[in-house]
Amino acid sequence: MSSVAGKTPNIDFDRRNLDWYIDKLVQFLVFIGGISAIVFVIGIFIFITIEGFGFLLEGFSFKEFFLSPYWEPSDEDAPEFGILALVAGTASVTGLAMLVAIPFSLGAAIYVGEFATGKTREYLKILVELLAAIPSVVWGFIGLSIMNPLIIDLFDVPVGLNVLNAGVILGLMAAPIMTSIAEDALKAVPDRYREAAEALGATRWQVIFKTVIPAAKNGLLGAVLLGVGRGFGETMAVLMATGHAVNIPGSVFDSVRALTATIAAELGETAVGSEHYQALFTIGIFLFLITFVINLTADLIVRGIRKQ
Amino acid sequence: MIASADTTQQEQPEHAITTEKLNLWYGTFQAMFDIDLKIKNGIITSMIGPSGCGKSTFLRSVNRINERLGYVRIDGSINVFDHNIYDPAVELVQVRKQIGMVFQRPNPLPVSIRDNVLFGHRLHNKGNEAAKKNQDEIVEESLRQVLLWDQVKDKLNHKATELSLEEQQKLCIARLLPVKPRVLLMDEPCSALDPKGTAAVEELIWELRGKYTILIVTHNMAQARRASDECIFMLMGKVVEHSATEDLFVTPKNKQTADYIEGRYG
Repeated sequence: MSSVAGKTPNIDFDRRNLDWYIDKLVQFLVFIGGISAIVFVIGIFIFITIEGFGFLLEGFSFKEFFLSPYWEPSDEDAPEFGILALVAGTASVTGLAMLVAIPFSLGAAIYVGEFATGKTREYLKILVELLAAIPSVVWGFIGLSIMNPLIIDLFDVPVGLNVLNAGVILGLMAAPIMTSIAEDALKAVPDRYREAAEALGATRWQVIFKTVIPAAKNGLLGAVLLGVGRGFGETMAVLMATGHAVNIPGSVFDSVRALTATIAAELGETAVGSEHYQALFTIGIFLFLITFVINLTADLIVRGIRKQ
Repeated sequence: MIASADTTQQEQPEHAITTEKLNLWYGTFQAMFDIDLKIKNGIITSMIGPSGCGKSTFLRSVNRINERLGYVRIDGSINVFDHNIYDPAVELVQVRKQIGMVFQRPNPLPVSIRDNVLFGHRLHNKGNEAAKKNQDEIVEESLRQVLLWDQVKDKLNHKATELSLEEQQKLCIARLLPVKPRVLLMDEPCSALDPKGTAAVEELIWELRGKYTILIVTHNMAQARRASDECIFMLMGKVVEHSATEDLFVTPKNKQTADYIEGRYG
C-alpha cells in the first residue's frame, strides 16, 4: 500500500477497447430490432389506409357500409358494399368459438397450472404449444372433410359448412393459445395466497375457485380477449368451414361469410385501385382497428395484474 | 379424527402437541431426525436455531402444509390433542381447522379486509344461515382481539393488501380466530416487520396467550426470550434442548445451546 500512495498512478481513463465498440454496436442493433416492430405496424396501417382511402372518400357511405347486409361488389349496375352480414358472420363464428374455447382452455389451464406436476405438466405444456402451431389450413381441412359430413349426419341438415362447423373449429384453434395465456395468469398468482387459503382449511378446489381464479381474473379475461382477437383475425379455416355465403345467420346451421375470408377470396380477382378493391381494403382497416383495440385491451388488462 | 372443541373442553390435556420419532425427508434430504417433543397446552413455546435447522419444517409438519410440496416423506407421528394427525383416516381440512398458521411474510388474500377475516369462517360454515347473520360481530370481535379494530373499522371494504405489513400480519392472525383453532403456529411472524411492528405483534401474541397453544419459530433470540414460556433449541434437524425459556437462556444444559445463545455460531 505505502509504495503506491506516494506517486500519482498513470491510468488511461479514456482508453476504449474493442468491447466498448461491440457494446455500442449491439445496443444499436437491438434498438433497430425493437423499433422495427413499431415501424412495421405503423407502415402496414398506413399502407392499408392509403389503398382503401379512395373508397372512404368517394363511394363510402357509413350507413351503407355498416348497416347494409348486401355485399354485392360485382353487380354490374349498382354494386353494393354492405358488411353487416360479414360482421354478423365473423361475430357469430367468433362467439360460438368462445363458447367452445373458454371452458376447454380454462379447464386445461387449471389442470396444467394447478393440478399436474412434474413430467405430466411439462409434456402437457409442450403439447398445448404444439396444438397452437397447427396451421390454420389444416383446421380448415378438418372442417371441410370431417366436420362437414359429421354435422350433416348428426343434425340432418343439408349443408355442414356453417356457423357450427366454423365455430367449433375456431374454438379448438383458439383454445391452445388461450390455455397458454390463462395458465400464465394462474402462475402469476403468488403461491402465498394458495398457502394462506390452504392453511385455513380450504380444499384444493376451494383454493382455486375462491383464491386463485379471483386473483387471476384479469389475466384470464386477457386470455379470452386474445382468443376473441384470434377469432376475428382468423381467415383460412373460417373461409373453408363457414360455407362462405353472405348471410345473416338465423341459427348455427346457416352458412355465413367472414370479413377476413371475404378479403382473402376476393382481393386477387379485383382490379387494383377499383372501387371493389378499395372497399376490401376498407374492411382491412376495420379489421385492423378491431383487432388492435381487442389486443390492446387484453394487453392492458394483463399488464394491470402484473403491476399489482 | 380430532374431537371438536366443546367435547374436550373439560379434560384439557397437558400437552397440545406430542411427537414420537419424527423423521422427515425432502426428497432424499433428511431435514428432521427422531424428534420427540411434548409441547404444553395453552402456553407459548418458541423454537430457535440457525437457518436450516429444521424448525420451520417442524412447524409446517404440524398442520401438514408441508405436503403441498409433494416430495415430502414423513415417518413417526405427530399427535395433536392425542390424535395422530398423520393417520390415513384424518381429514386435512379438520386438521387445519384446529391448527391455524401465520406465515413469515404476511399473506392476506387480495380481497377486502372483511372478506379476509371471514374467509375461513365461510369455508367451514357453508349453508349455515345462523353463521351468516352474525358475520359483522365475528369481524369486529376478531379484529378487536388482534388489536386492529380501531385502525380498520372504517375501511373494512378496502383491499387488505393496502394495509401496512404490521396490520397485514395482525389481519392474518385475525382471520384464523373465527375458525376457532386450538393451536396457532407462527413461522417467524415478525421477520418482515420493523421494530415497531414487531413490538405490536409480540404484544398481540402475548395477548392471545392462554386462549391458544402457540408455537412460534423465530430467528430472533431476544424475541424468544421476551415472548415465550418454553423454548426449544434445534440444530441440524435435531432437538438439542427443550426447557422453560428462562432456564434455556440463563442456565443452558447443553454446550451447543450455550454456544448458540452466546452468538458463537448461527
